[in-house]
Amino acid sequence: MTSINPILKIENLTLGTKTNHNLVSNVNLTVEPGESIGLVGESGSGKTLTLRSILGLLPPGIKQLSGNIKNNGNCAMIFQNPLGALDPLCPVVSQLAEVVYYRQKVTHKASRTIALELLESLGLPDSLKQTDRYPSQLSGGQCQRIVIAMALACKPSILLCDEPTTALDVTVQQQIIDIIKSLQRELGFAIVFVTHNLAIASSMCSRLCVMKEGKIIEQGETLELLQNPQNPYTQMLIHSVLPLPDIERSVDLCP
Amino acid sequence: MSIALKVENITVSYGNFIALDNVSLEFQEHTTLGLVGESGSGKSTLARVIAGLILPDEGQILLGSQTLSRKRSREQHKMIQMVFQNPDSSLNPKHTIRQILAEGLLFHNIVRHSQVENRCRELLFRVHLDESSLDRYPHEFSGGQRQRIALARALSVEPSILIADEPTSALDVSVQLSMLELLNTLKAELNLTMLFISHDLGVINAISDTVAVMRHGKLVEINQKERFFSHPETAYSYELLSAVPKMPISNR
Repeated sequence: MTSINPILKIENLTLGTKTNHNLVSNVNLTVEPGESIGLVGESGSGKTLTLRSILGLLPPGIKQLSGNIKNNGNCAMIFQNPLGALDPLCPVVSQLAEVVYYRQKVTHKASRTIALELLESLGLPDSLKQTDRYPSQLSGGQCQRIVIAMALACKPSILLCDEPTTALDVTVQQQIIDIIKSLQRELGFAIVFVTHNLAIASSMCSRLCVMKEGKIIEQGETLELLQNPQNPYTQMLIHSVLPLPDIERSVDLCP
Repeated sequence: MSIALKVENITVSYGNFIALDNVSLEFQEHTTLGLVGESGSGKSTLARVIAGLILPDEGQILLGSQTLSRKRSREQHKMIQMVFQNPDSSLNPKHTIRQILAEGLLFHNIVRHSQVENRCRELLFRVHLDESSLDRYPHEFSGGQRQRIALARALSVEPSILIADEPTSALDVSVQLSMLELLNTLKAELNLTMLFISHDLGVINAISDTVAVMRHGKLVEINQKERFFSHPETAYSYELLSAVPKMPISNR
């Protein structure tokens, strides 16, 4: 894929530990503005490390050995575990307002108003306007919405999602995915979406990269890749998605 | 078909929170019952009540024809075994696999001392692990292998009922499938009755004969698998089923 102006370009990225054990090797990735790319693979395949290296958030002991990352955009990240990503000792609205204050450079009062608007657009309860609450007093889905709001407060041009729905229930998972999708349509940011769930990745992303043992082994347009997987590992991944029969809605469902 | 286990009007509350509200359920012998629901719906509490790890406030459990009293006998405990969600925390990191497997065998007098070694090998063979694993420690295995060890330990005492509480949710999708296949073969070989808990409907579809849906501590729907997945009877089940992300192509 050639493009004049990719928003993010990763070239020959290699990450490793001090003992020269390569965890990610020779990864190339280009993200166009407004595009959504899925990184799929099993645990330990280097998906999250690749994502974290974009922000320079590598865990201690892991270094970038070669390659370069050209980032022309403003990145924000959504983490897997919403409770771990929030400060447990700070009420959520203040926490969000703080991000707005520093990133959008507005007054304290304005930052709170913007924060509340963001929360409303993400479908959080109105009661937060009167009484601020701590992360532990909210459900997992609500916390994840706060984390998304914090990411949006940075006005990102690329949203990095590290398994944002893995810790959530199926019904909530669907809501969060819908929110991210509709926000993307509205605000037009690019998404890099890391997940091990091929079904979610294929519903979110236009392009998929399959990772295994630190390498991208196959990439392509979502539908094309799923219909015509070349690599046996990709075929195995596709087969391991458990199918569900089609449902019919009966007329008289009990409430 | 006879009933292997019967749960009658079980109520459990944690302080003011009612975790299980008057739950009744029957388990047909040699079938798998899949229990689904969101987190906090009381799935795991029900499993723990059946395993005898939590005492219910009200209600009773019948194992075959005998009522399980508040204090269960060793034999009754033996009949119901459980595999937990996270193999990291359910296996003792300081014990070798031999010690882990032998403990249950000796405690319940399943085999004589001299036979323990042989039986451990057989158990590992059943879950497709190499017998050289016996002298290794849990941290030397992958998540999927550790879950197999936990399964071997549960099966070592020859239970009639196996409770699997989200046994695959800590595992990768690729490993998940092989774990489900293993559970299915073992269930057939050992004539087990199984309670399988998961929030993943794809997993439930792959393994269950009957599906029960829980919400807010109540049983919402109990139905045959085929019927549940094609014609759910309650609005909540429909909502659950339609929330599952689907592949844009058919993969079978």
